[in-house]
Amino acid sequence: MTMSDTSAVSSSSAPPEAAMPGRSWSQWFVRTPGLLPAATFVAIVLVWEASCRLFEIPSFVLPAPSRILGGFDAVSTSRWFEHVWATLRVALIGYFLSIAISLPIAIILARSEILSRAVYPILVVVQSTPVVAIAPIIIVALGSGDTPRIVITCLITFFPLVVSTTTGLMATPPELIELSRSLRAPVIREITQIRLPFAIPYIFSALKISVTLAVIGAVVAEFVAADKGLGYFIQFSTSMFQVQQAWAGLIVLVLLSLVLFQIVAAVQRIWFPWSLPTERE
Amino acid sequence: MSTTPPAIGFSGVGQVFRTASGALEALRGVDMTIGRHEFVAVLGPSGCGKSTLLRLTSGLIRPTSGTVSVFGLPVAEPRDDIGIVFQKPTLLPWANVEDNVVFPVRHKTGRGTAEDRANARVIIEKVGLAGFEARLPAELSGGMQQRVGIARALFMNPDILLMDEPFSALDALTREEMGFELLRIWEAQPKTVMFITHSISEAVLLADRVLVMSERPGHIVENLVIDLPRPRGIETSNQKAMHDYVGHLRGLLLKRAA
Repeated sequence: MTMSDTSAVSSSSAPPEAAMPGRSWSQWFVRTPGLLPAATFVAIVLVWEASCRLFEIPSFVLPAPSRILGGFDAVSTSRWFEHVWATLRVALIGYFLSIAISLPIAIILARSEILSRAVYPILVVVQSTPVVAIAPIIIVALGSGDTPRIVITCLITFFPLVVSTTTGLMATPPELIELSRSLRAPVIREITQIRLPFAIPYIFSALKISVTLAVIGAVVAEFVAADKGLGYFIQFSTSMFQVQQAWAGLIVLVLLSLVLFQIVAAVQRIWFPWSLPTERE
Repeated sequence: MSTTPPAIGFSGVGQVFRTASGALEALRGVDMTIGRHEFVAVLGPSGCGKSTLLRLTSGLIRPTSGTVSVFGLPVAEPRDDIGIVFQKPTLLPWANVEDNVVFPVRHKTGRGTAEDRANARVIIEKVGLAGFEARLPAELSGGMQQRVGIARALFMNPDILLMDEPFSALDALTREEMGFELLRIWEAQPKTVMFITHSISEAVLLADRVLVMSERPGHIVENLVIDLPRPRGIETSNQKAMHDYVGHLRGLLLKRAA
């Protein structure tokens, strides 16, 4: 009984490694991180290029990837950097300002139930206002320059930060709060030494969302009124029917968002590795 | 002789919590004392207010009626001479073992001295974690994490140790091992211990005396002195007297539950 069991197990587990060498290549392909999505991406680009040529799609409907590549050459490198910097500057200033505003608000909301009930509905109203709709109003009210654009970026980024940080501050294990009370420690240290660090995972998930929202905020503001920036460049290009240029601008914008997202993720990985979910096999 | 006040005294203590669904009477007429350096286990069905006893003693909450006193003085606020061990270790995940043990003093005063760190290392060795000072909680097993929790409670060198089902999250073997470990620490440096548990054998094995609580509203229904020789160890669990105590308590709890 036991003998036959053992042999059955060993015969069923041995072959895949020994007898099928082709399997190991496909497994390597599937397991190597990044390879699968990269291959998918290349496939999409190839199908895209082939379809555009085969069906002779007009370039203002959908330019082929090769034409979009040409769109990058339409403006000089220094001009590209000017556009990128204009968008990046507004996005970053708005983002950091938003962090500076939302952390204290979150701490206040987490501490006081009365204030939380008073302020929270207003935050929801602000969040429910479409940023695209309010952007022109803000531009008119605050005039030209970076200020209205930064305000718009703040508006779109701060809600997830406030909500997530408040949730994190409330998610502290109650035992540690009791420990803090039993030590009669000052409230400020309850916040800095227990609640805020425990909120780090929540704060970072909001920081990652908000950094991409910040780019959206900056672009929306540029759509309304700007003479520089990637949003401005896309709008300008489409108005001139230079669709391949607009696509080039869009690609730069996506890359900008991805890089910013990865920077925030890297900051969490390097300085707060304990806050990442533990990896499981 | 009887002039020295007990370490912990409850007289006519009642506790009513106001909840969203109305008043909840957790305790009614609790009378008991725990002597200096006595190890007392509190046993009872879940939700009977065992943890409320502990939180009243620690000064985290105030009784609705009656008085709770520590060393003869009514408890008005949390005291420095009480250490608490929770059911879960609840360590700081970003801090290593040593920082977790030093945490109470850093949290209370804002700073930890080199002397505090030296003290912490002595206690870490005492709970059997020498060599693990720089590890993070996530790198430790559940039993080791709870050892850190105990070290943290011992760090301020409290006279009274309050333990709220400290080993209930551990597997059976680790649980027993931790119990003996706790006795070893307690015998080397006697303290008053209030040990909340719902394990009958754990209560009998560890304690000088077992208090049994009724279901809600909780009060003390049995005060059983455990006359087993110390130091206790694995051989204690094989003694007939141990089985008699466990049998008596089980009968009592089952009868009440029926």
